[in-house]
Amino acid sequence: MTELAHKPKTGELDTSHGPILYLEAVSVSFDGFKALNNLSMYIDAGELRCLIGPNGAGKTTLMDVITGKTHPDSGSVFFGQTIDLLQMDEPAISKAGICRKFQKPSVFETLTVFENLELALATNKGVWTTLFAKLNETQRDRIEQVLETIGLTEHRSHLAGILSHGQKQWLEIGMLLMQEPKVMLVDEPVAGMTHQEVERTAQLLLSLQSECSIIVVEHDMEFVRSIAQHRVTVLHEGSVLTEGTMDEVQNDPRVIQVYLGD
Amino acid sequence: MQSITHRMKTFFFKRCFLSMALLMLLMPSFTLGEETVQIDVFNEALTKLTAASMQERSAAVEQLAAVQEPKAIVILQALLDGHLLKLKNDGKLVIGTDNGTGYQVNDAKTGQDLGRVDRDATQKITVNNSLRTSLRKTIGRLELKANDAKVRIAAVHAIAKAIDEEGLGLLRDRLTIEPDSSVQDEIKRVLGLEDLNSTDKTARLSAIDLLKNHATQDVVNRLNALVEKDADGNYVEADTDVRNQAKAALVTINSRLKLYAGVETLFFGLSLGAVLVLAAIGLAITFGVMGVINMAHGELMMLGAYTTYVMQQLMPNSLGWSLILSIPAAFMISALVGIAIERGIIRFLYGRPLETLLATFGVSLFLQQTVRSIFSPLNRSVAAPEWMSGTLQINDFLSLTWNRLYILVFCLMVFALLLQILKSTRLGLEVRAVAQNRNMAKAMGVPTARVDALTFGLGSGIAGVAGVALSQITNVGPNLGQSYIVDSFMVVVFGGVGNLWGTLVAGFTLGIANKLLEPVAGAVLAKILVLVFIILFIQKRPRGLFPQKGRAAEN
Amino acid sequence: MLSSLYKKDKTASWLLGSIALLSVLVPLFNFIFPVESALHFSAYSVSIMGKYLCFALLGLSLDLVWGYCGILALGQGAFFALGGYAMGMYLMRQIGNRSVYGNPLLPDFMVFLNWQELPWYWYGFEQFWFAALMVMLVPGLLAFVFGWLAFRSRVTGVYLSIITQALTYALLLAFFRNEMGFGGNNGLTDFKDILGFNIQSEAVRASLLLISGFMLILAFVVSRWIMSSKLGRVVTAVRDQESRVRFLGYRVEHFKLWIFVFSAMLAGIAGALYVPQVGIINPSEFSPINSLEIVIWVAIGGRGTLYGAIVGAVLVNYAKTLLTGWAPEIWLFFLGAAFILVTVFLPDGLVGFWQRHFQAQKS
Repeated sequence: MTELAHKPKTGELDTSHGPILYLEAVSVSFDGFKALNNLSMYIDAGELRCLIGPNGAGKTTLMDVITGKTHPDSGSVFFGQTIDLLQMDEPAISKAGICRKFQKPSVFETLTVFENLELALATNKGVWTTLFAKLNETQRDRIEQVLETIGLTEHRSHLAGILSHGQKQWLEIGMLLMQEPKVMLVDEPVAGMTHQEVERTAQLLLSLQSECSIIVVEHDMEFVRSIAQHRVTVLHEGSVLTEGTMDEVQNDPRVIQVYLGD
Repeated sequence: MQSITHRMKTFFFKRCFLSMALLMLLMPSFTLGEETVQIDVFNEALTKLTAASMQERSAAVEQLAAVQEPKAIVILQALLDGHLLKLKNDGKLVIGTDNGTGYQVNDAKTGQDLGRVDRDATQKITVNNSLRTSLRKTIGRLELKANDAKVRIAAVHAIAKAIDEEGLGLLRDRLTIEPDSSVQDEIKRVLGLEDLNSTDKTARLSAIDLLKNHATQDVVNRLNALVEKDADGNYVEADTDVRNQAKAALVTINSRLKLYAGVETLFFGLSLGAVLVLAAIGLAITFGVMGVINMAHGELMMLGAYTTYVMQQLMPNSLGWSLILSIPAAFMISALVGIAIERGIIRFLYGRPLETLLATFGVSLFLQQTVRSIFSPLNRSVAAPEWMSGTLQINDFLSLTWNRLYILVFCLMVFALLLQILKSTRLGLEVRAVAQNRNMAKAMGVPTARVDALTFGLGSGIAGVAGVALSQITNVGPNLGQSYIVDSFMVVVFGGVGNLWGTLVAGFTLGIANKLLEPVAGAVLAKILVLVFIILFIQKRPRGLFPQKGRAAEN
Repeated sequence: MLSSLYKKDKTASWLLGSIALLSVLVPLFNFIFPVESALHFSAYSVSIMGKYLCFALLGLSLDLVWGYCGILALGQGAFFALGGYAMGMYLMRQIGNRSVYGNPLLPDFMVFLNWQELPWYWYGFEQFWFAALMVMLVPGLLAFVFGWLAFRSRVTGVYLSIITQALTYALLLAFFRNEMGFGGNNGLTDFKDILGFNIQSEAVRASLLLISGFMLILAFVVSRWIMSSKLGRVVTAVRDQESRVRFLGYRVEHFKLWIFVFSAMLAGIAGALYVPQVGIINPSEFSPINSLEIVIWVAIGGRGTLYGAIVGAVLVNYAKTLLTGWAPEIWLFFLGAAFILVTVFLPDGLVGFWQRHFQAQKS
């Protein structure tokens, strides 16, 4: 661990030591309830990490901490070796390259699919630039490309509100892609999806692996098994219970205990 | 002695007993003996009062004063006030009260009601200045022996107004036997003030010492006079020691006055805070538990105030009872209206707080206009029962009005009751459950719809009760609610939504802050400053003083 | 821009066309037809028409923040009043020595209060250009400071509504004070001329109506352009999913602030056009109920559609004119009922209802 000791200094993303996300001794409590309890975890660059754990294990809170929605009581969160995420707010973190898909599909229902993606497009997001913004050819192509990837090309001019649940989930993943992220946090992407949709989502996430690091929070074990090629982390009561391959984790008696009880 | 008292009892009111007995001990010369003699003297004195010459009138006054007859004081007082009249037709002496067109008269001798007479049919028994002075003294002297300590204090004041050796003597004598400490204090102060004029330096110094602890406006004025300079810059008071002593005494007094002023400001602040808390606490429940902004809350208070008004019209002869009965009545009426609002409108708008705000604002306009149509747009004044009016006079510099004192107590009672309801009733438990996690509560079988309706009814009922309290300190009109709604919201928001203690602390804090700022900035500016403060405060702490925490609160 | 608008949105074009037509025809008919003619519009209808147009502009400004950005601002009337006061101050300074006390420098109420000199914040208002600038700057600045504080600390929803209401309430109290130097209770009135022309004259009234119509159309076109830009889409996105927008990397508070300030400036312009047409501005314009009335115009018309705000403002005010003339006590019942019915049954307002109905028939 000692070689991972980083010098807190903001600047360019530096993943030369391997991990892209460093969470060390993070604690968050709500009115006495410890949502995260001295949690430490490292995500490598280019990794697809699955995060599982029973309800209340702190999975969503962990995402809140990484994306700046919740400020931890103690601990440190670094993006690469130099970028201190605790000094930044949500837009800044997003701009730095950490993007998030919410548990509930959060697309803009009164805008079209195309417009949803356009808003997510990685570009200058200041007020005045936005007012006079016009899409150039490259940006247009990029949107088309993402539409293709998430399979919504023919729905491009439909309002996002009329999409099916699964399509909304994909649209949101597409919006993350538009941001050209370095880390994607994906919270329960397949909740409420049909079997085919789950399969497509798995393929989609696997195909994205080449572009960025992905953290997936999911309950659906089958889905996790289908995408978990590297490590799986099990959270319990706000801390890391165990980490390992899917098989290792599934055979760990502690995991069985917290999932199934005594 | 026993026999005399016994005989006198047949003659006098029982309650005069003590003072008369004392009088007998003190002034043996006044105890004339036989009752017949007394009556004769009394009648003779009355006749003499109508005499033409001032000397005779003055002698008659002395004579009346000497008679042990309580009516004598009444007659003397009437004479002093110019209410003692002689009827022109039969020369009878009467006491008249002016009723605009003529006099309502009572026989001076017997007190019998003689009905109304024209002004022309009477002749006023006049007094000149010297007689007036001696009348005052005489009345004071007689009243100094009265049974009621308040009357005695008034007598001391009357004597002090025209102080002379005789009066001083009376007061000194009285001081030795006076049982009541407040009367003693009054006498000491008068004597002290008088001693300031003496030529004896030690007497003056000790008088200042004594006055230091019995400060009134008079005393402050006199002491100030002692340290003043005249036009040439020389001290009016030649004696340096006296001057310094007076200065020191003034410093002591002033620091005490500052304390009183502080206490008074605090009291005003607390009472304003109590009004704010009463107005806001119902809102805190509906806002905190249901997330509903009820813009009609002010109008529900208005309904409570009008209920008080109607109750008073129904039972005009018992103000006190009508006020007390108004509390449950106002609660019921406002609660029912509140439940109707919830069932009829708000339940269709859950999860859309901004729409609820608008719809309830519509309700508030409706209620306002309804009341305006029924009761006219004019303000109605609700009379205060006797125990609510007047002030609790703590001393010359500090008095607290009863109505505000009662409202403060009332507010705390309502608060305690509400806490108790939330803490230890089934409804309270359900309300808290719904407030914390609506879906979970629903899943546990809590009938959320019923809880919502009852919660809203409870909050609205408290608004009604607040209206009863408001009717005692302000005019009741259709706009009553509007003037409180912004303030109540500020209290809730400042205190933190969903926290009753927060509302209490916020209400009192804002009340006191308002009253602290008022002397510096003026009432309107104080209010503006408080509003601006809250606006800024909300930006620092968007969830108020005591925010709700937890995952449910985050979303 | 206009031709492309016609192609894209016929309803809006029709609306704008009729506004333009009315702003021209009403004063024209007032001039050319004699009083007894059926086609004559009285001077009263000219001024009332002008009033409606100002209200429509005000409604439009609220629609931008509420309908599009989801900020239920209950202080829009305050910006309107501030714009009105800025214009009123200019008009006040134009009175010069024709006032009752005849003081060439000080308005009557200052003479009455025994003030010796003009307060510093009245400097410059004798110049029209300065006043016109202030009409936008003062509301804009207040909106900027207030919004910057509020949006930065993420005060949202009903909290924001309540503190905007507190803001206008505080201003109401402040402007009631004589010491503020804005005429206290009575406000500013007894105006004589504007830009050298008699403010009572028919030509000036007609021009004011024309200018109001022009400003409304201009504001509509500009607002439409803004709302169809990417910024407009960000703003709507903020309304629907504020935190999502933030996670997309937009500084939500900047967008809210921008739209809030823009809308406050529009409201200020509406107030400045309103004051010379009604001849008075007083603190009652700050009263919280006024701001709530603006909300109901937009709600009835249909929020989130620009013409909804205009239709709502004109309709509700027309109803107000009718009802208060006919039976004043009914007006509040009507308004109260409107609030309730619209929020419960017509959340999209008349325009939304019509659109849905219309579109349902079409398809």
